Amino acid sequence: MRRGNAWMDALFRNVTRAFAFLVFSLLAAIIVSLAYGGAPALLVFGVEFLWTAEWDPVHQEFGALVTIAGTVATSAIALAIAAPVSFGIAVFLTELSPAWLRRPLGTAIEMLAAIPSIIYGMWGLFVFAPLFQSHVQPLLAGTLGQVPGLGTLFSGAPMGIGMLSAGIILAVMVVPFITAVMRDVFELVPALLKESAYALGSTTWEVVWRIVLPFTRVGVIGGVMLGLGRALGETMAVTFVIGNAHRLSPSLFAPGNSIASALANEFTEAVGELHVAALMELGLILFLITTVVLAISKLLLLRLARNEGSGP
Amino acid sequence: MKLHRFLPALAAASLIASAGAADITGAGATFPYPIYSKWADGYRKATGNAMNYQSIGSGGGIRQIIAKTVDFGASDMPLKAEDLQKHGLVQFPAVMGGVVPVVKVAGVQPGQLRFTGKLLADIYLGKVSKWNDAAIAELNPGMKLPGDTITVVHRSDGSGTTFLWTNYLSKASPEFRQSVGEGASVKWPAGVGGKGNEGVASYVQKINGAIGYVEYAYARQNRLAHGQMQNAAGAFVQPGQAAFRSAAAGADWSSAPGMGVVLTNQPGEKSWPVTGASFILMHAKQDKPGNGREVLRFFEWAFANGQQTAAELDYVPMPDSVVQQVKAVWQRLTDAAGRPL
Repeated sequence: MRRGNAWMDALFRNVTRAFAFLVFSLLAAIIVSLAYGGAPALLVFGVEFLWTAEWDPVHQEFGALVTIAGTVATSAIALAIAAPVSFGIAVFLTELSPAWLRRPLGTAIEMLAAIPSIIYGMWGLFVFAPLFQSHVQPLLAGTLGQVPGLGTLFSGAPMGIGMLSAGIILAVMVVPFITAVMRDVFELVPALLKESAYALGSTTWEVVWRIVLPFTRVGVIGGVMLGLGRALGETMAVTFVIGNAHRLSPSLFAPGNSIASALANEFTEAVGELHVAALMELGLILFLITTVVLAISKLLLLRLARNEGSGP
Repeated sequence: MKLHRFLPALAAASLIASAGAADITGAGATFPYPIYSKWADGYRKATGNAMNYQSIGSGGGIRQIIAKTVDFGASDMPLKAEDLQKHGLVQFPAVMGGVVPVVKVAGVQPGQLRFTGKLLADIYLGKVSKWNDAAIAELNPGMKLPGDTITVVHRSDGSGTTFLWTNYLSKASPEFRQSVGEGASVKWPAGVGGKGNEGVASYVQKINGAIGYVEYAYARQNRLAHGQMQNAAGAFVQPGQAAFRSAAAGADWSSAPGMGVVLTNQPGEKSWPVTGASFILMHAKQDKPGNGREVLRFFEWAFANGQQTAAELDYVPMPDSVVQQVKAVWQRLTDAAGRPL
């Protein structure tokens, strides 16, 4: 009986370990195959690939600058909108909402996360873009667009599609993820701490700012990073509304392109070896950007924890 | 350790599965996907044999047939003679279609606006940027066109439709050939990109002053305002079955290597200038002659019985004279030992 158990135990340990290492080997295999596939482009264009704006399949000249800029800009817009909104939702859900409203609100937000991204794309193109074009963009151009310097960001013809639209759609998509994480960590704050603060006469704002946020900093940053990771790699929804033009423009109204969107658009019909290789290299760059973002957030958290002596 | 015993068994099982089925698989171009799957449906009802077609894109289809993972590949762009030779492939056209310019301009009805290739090239280069430009007014005397900005809409995904469009614009304008060129995806100097025919169609419907290019079927289904075009004979023609057929009839199929004719700017008083065929690729030497024979049987059936279905879906079936030439090409297919199929 006992010998049988020991044998089962060893088997169980080895099987689970094999599964765990499977993740490592998959990761390594993906990096290797991306690097291998992108090698021809790397050999031809070198590191300049990173800051070349040219993308010309006919003349076999490729550069990643436009798509990198598009990926970073749309994700930045998405986070700039989604992080404060998610924070507000999470605070309302945990601190302010009447108890009977919490469940339906929370479920509604989780449902948003379950909507497939292609639906967001279609909604963005057919519903959001026309409204954005006729109502929001003229308003933005008339107000923020008139501010010197800042104005160039909101200049050009309003088409309803473009970088700004893509960023806003992305924001809607990442809000549920960030909110869910923030709500969960806010709920972990011991009631004792909050009650003590309230007893000392703190307002709700002070409790959130001084007690809840410092206590849950790691989780909050983690949630934002999760949202960023999703925004960087989002493909279909962005493809629908970003306008898909390989051109750099200072205006957020202008069409642009993101790495994921370029891959989805061009991979199936890429014929020449160099075109496929350039797309593979784009994939590798997206992979690296995501990895770097995750690494930076981990470092940030480590530093925060060290500064405080013992992190939460 | 156990894996070693397991793998051969798995391999054997999959071999049995593939040997037992007479089903054939093809992969490639998205443009002919609706008609191929419709044909496959009819063929299965008629013969009981299945044909699976995956619309993964022309580039993917070419890669798959070279890797021999499918029985035939499909591409909207004809392969060059040297590429066919290099990979031991045989090529023939299967079905045709037309690409039409569509616009959204206030007061313009379908079939009203007239274009020349030169004018379209200048619009797509961004040189003609207002609808009341003199170059447009000159072709359309008597029409009142607004001073709206022209928003150029092109395909964002690589596509055979883009290939036909840019191939034609390159023929019509040396400047377009020089600065943009032809291909499934090109570097567009102006405009926005929509994904797929439906993406371009919806952008054109939404943006005032937009111009785009879509397959004829999409223009009809979405009731977009298509334009007339001037053909090689100098006549302005409306798109339609007759105009596409005329372009195919005037073409010289026999002298092109691998029947690789791009049907743009063909002679003929009635020819639509942006017409194109979609091509099938097969290995000249068939490792699995049974499957190769079945592919030929499928297309023989489709050429004989699928014309009506093709026309219903706004495709253009190959004319009989071209089908005869395709069948002559089939004579070159052999099994691994070199015997004809």
